[in-house]
Amino acid sequence: MKPTDIHECSYFLQVIDCQYACPAHTPVPEYIRLIAHRDYSSAYMLNWDSNVFPGVLGRICDRPCEPACRRGRAEGEPVAICRLKRLAADFRGDVESLFPRVPDRKNGKRIALIGGGPASLTVARDLAVLGYELELYDNQSRAGGFMRSQVPSFRLPEEVLDTEVGYILNLGIHTRFNQYVTSLKKILGKGYDAVFIGTGAPRGRDLPDLPGREEGDTSITVGIEWLAGVVFGHVKKTGKKVIVLGGGNTAMDCCRTARRLGGEDVRVVVRSPRADMKASQWEIEDAAGEDIPIIDNHVPLEFVVKDGRLVGMRFEKVRACYHDNGKRELMATGEKPIFMECDEVLIAIGQQNAFPWIEQDCGLQFTARGLPVLDELTLQTSLANVFVGGDAAFGPANVITAVAHGHQAAISIDLYCRGKDLHDRPRSKVSPADQQLDFQDWIYDSHVSDERRQPVPHAPRAKSLKDRLLEVELGFDPEVGRVESERCLNCDVQTVFDASLCIECDACVDICPTTCINFIKNGPEDELRQRLSIPARNLQQPLYVSVPLPTGRIMVKDENVCLHCGLCAERCPTAAWRMLKFVCRSAVAGDR
Amino acid sequence: MSYERPTIRHPDAKKNSLGYTRKEYEGSISTLCAGCGHDSITHALITACFEMNLEPHRIVKLSGIGCSSKTPAYFLGRSHGFNSVHGRMPSVATGANMANRELVYIGVSGDGDTASIGMGQFAHVVRRNLDMVYVVMNNGCYGLTKGQDSATADRGSKTKKGRPVSLESIDLCEMAIQLGAGFVGRGFSGDKKQVVEMLKAAVAHKGLAFLDIISPCVSFNNVPTSTKSYAWVRAHEEAALPFDFIPCCREITVDYPQGSVLPVTLHDGSVINLYKQDDLMEITSRSAAMDALEQAKTEHRILTGILYLNPEQPDTHALLETVTTPLNTMGREELCPGNAELQRINDAFR
Repeated sequence: MKPTDIHECSYFLQVIDCQYACPAHTPVPEYIRLIAHRDYSSAYMLNWDSNVFPGVLGRICDRPCEPACRRGRAEGEPVAICRLKRLAADFRGDVESLFPRVPDRKNGKRIALIGGGPASLTVARDLAVLGYELELYDNQSRAGGFMRSQVPSFRLPEEVLDTEVGYILNLGIHTRFNQYVTSLKKILGKGYDAVFIGTGAPRGRDLPDLPGREEGDTSITVGIEWLAGVVFGHVKKTGKKVIVLGGGNTAMDCCRTARRLGGEDVRVVVRSPRADMKASQWEIEDAAGEDIPIIDNHVPLEFVVKDGRLVGMRFEKVRACYHDNGKRELMATGEKPIFMECDEVLIAIGQQNAFPWIEQDCGLQFTARGLPVLDELTLQTSLANVFVGGDAAFGPANVITAVAHGHQAAISIDLYCRGKDLHDRPRSKVSPADQQLDFQDWIYDSHVSDERRQPVPHAPRAKSLKDRLLEVELGFDPEVGRVESERCLNCDVQTVFDASLCIECDACVDICPTTCINFIKNGPEDELRQRLSIPARNLQQPLYVSVPLPTGRIMVKDENVCLHCGLCAERCPTAAWRMLKFVCRSAVAGDR
Repeated sequence: MSYERPTIRHPDAKKNSLGYTRKEYEGSISTLCAGCGHDSITHALITACFEMNLEPHRIVKLSGIGCSSKTPAYFLGRSHGFNSVHGRMPSVATGANMANRELVYIGVSGDGDTASIGMGQFAHVVRRNLDMVYVVMNNGCYGLTKGQDSATADRGSKTKKGRPVSLESIDLCEMAIQLGAGFVGRGFSGDKKQVVEMLKAAVAHKGLAFLDIISPCVSFNNVPTSTKSYAWVRAHEEAALPFDFIPCCREITVDYPQGSVLPVTLHDGSVINLYKQDDLMEITSRSAAMDALEQAKTEHRILTGILYLNPEQPDTHALLETVTTPLNTMGREELCPGNAELQRINDAFR
């Protein structure tokens, strides 16, 4: 293998699993250290800079960081990153004084933002502080998009959302609420310097062809519309027996909301096996905790309507067969169809993009799948001054992805408005910081905690099932949060090896608790991975390879379960190993 | 500074036939200087015991005084141990071995502990051929008292202070061979693979297995002019004879040309395969071994590996004709047969 180029900043970024997995690349270990030091405001601000909605995301983020967390691989359970983020939000001090100031003199550029969800709001924040005039259009009376209309209050209290949306709108954003934009042409005609489309994936999938759909229509609703109806007060109660179709987070939100609106026998029926469900594990657990059975491997056959009233549904039992090509096929088991009684059905089987307001002849090209043709990096459409982000860009994803798109779109819009090349983008800022305090002491807390993942308290079930506004998860208190934050392995404190100083004494090999370090003969990567003291089978994790040493061997470190405990550096007599904190901040609009 | 190692280990860490991972053979974190060769030997001991599937509670580790003698705190944390008086490890080992001959005894000593204050004890434990592994972590200096030359420092070698050693050095391997040890080897802490294999063979050997392991002192004796430095040893080390250790339970599959392999069977059925090469030493002959060591010394080469091997040497218990039952399992009646029996024995000498 070739020696690892550690000057390429992407190498150490990928070692910080959580940050690397986060679409917005939030510097997770850095803010977790701040939480450990009870500096909640700084932790909040680091998040706010990067992901714009720490309080919201600390509750409802899809948490791509957590399955990526190295602690999960090393010990079994990842750090509760999301809940720590919420802790920072819950206990922050006055952060508004820390926000960047919006310049009094504007730069003369006007940008339209279509849709008031997380992507548009992120663009708004990034550009407002640079002096842009922003006009935000939304068909609702308040901003927030799906964060408001789809996420129930028992997961995300309205005031949390209002506060963080407010932080952005207070930056002098001109809002055009209750305005459904009916024509892109009209918007383009208003002379904006650029237009950002963040209209999400607003259409819930339905089952129009399933027998009985039409006859039972009054008792059958598409999940996201129903959830929005609950939020805006149009839906106040539900039937006693409710079937929720679908296995994603929307299905989980639907069933738990139904439990709060009078549903007594609420069940989720999903086509796929439980293990393949798209919903986050914790959402499934919370639903199960509210007596909601999840019945998998059941494919809907028909809505059963008697005397004009929905009385139940019939399902076919299936089992999943996985083919060698990775494709899954649901095969009927041949058993008799199963009838389940119900008086209401919520269909939460996915969302679709829809752009009925964009005229076909306005010059904006669409793919065969009905999505706008986009440059994946710049998010620019076939119309040079129109940009798309969030669910509207590449189909339904999640809030944090929308935020990441928002940052990229803001960079693109800023470059576009300044007449620059959109592909010549500002780079991430990296500041390596040596962690050596003295001979064998570190600035960071190198001790690896033995604590297991801390559970989070919940509101009493009897109470929360009666009140759909009562938040279920209560969040960590500062002491539990400190314990949890100390579980973080500080993966951003990197082990950096200098072969020219190494005397090959093996001290690092001997001390490494997870047997990461090897001094062996070089070879091709596949073969080298097998030859390590503990073979490096996790191919997602890189090998850190040095130049040849005096004995002709090379140092090979498998990054997979390195605890970043610093013992290699501590036991190194020649400081060939150093611990360097590698804080990487993603570029934002305005960076040069 | 860290006072403990994290408890998390690699999830794919290998298990031995007892179902243990290496963790069950580790001790507490080392407090020796960073980069000390002793830590490497400690690690090799852990590896050897782990790979030989030894039950930790069947092992006894013993030591004297010095940096080397601190190391039993850093390995086999679940085994028996005795940190004895300076240079007196062999006496304690002998006593323990007399009480229970069924355990594995690993004595750890240093060049000061063995070649100076403990020289007498060393000589006699070798002569008695006590069934134990005797490891000397040899750094040629007194590291614990700031690096004065020890008795194994080679004449002319220069430590960090820069003054050449004026006295003749003691070659502990030559002494051990001369005093009748049945297993004598020399290793280098920087060549862990060889040290591990040699330790395994030493554990399997019945009788005293003496291992002199050169272990650079990074703080006081790791300058290139020192013959006990990483650089010097790496440049002058030479394997005396390639060998394989094959534990008794494993099938012998190594296929070498006829005549080139000399298999030596140990008491427990393990085999050491010695790969003969024309120009290399013959290690089953005492005089040839001594010659080879002397020859290498004049040529500034360090011979490593097993230097002398004779598994037929009777051990202390055989020499003293002790009972096969461990004494600690016997009752008072058997151990103290009473005055009448004493009288009978005394009368037999009259």
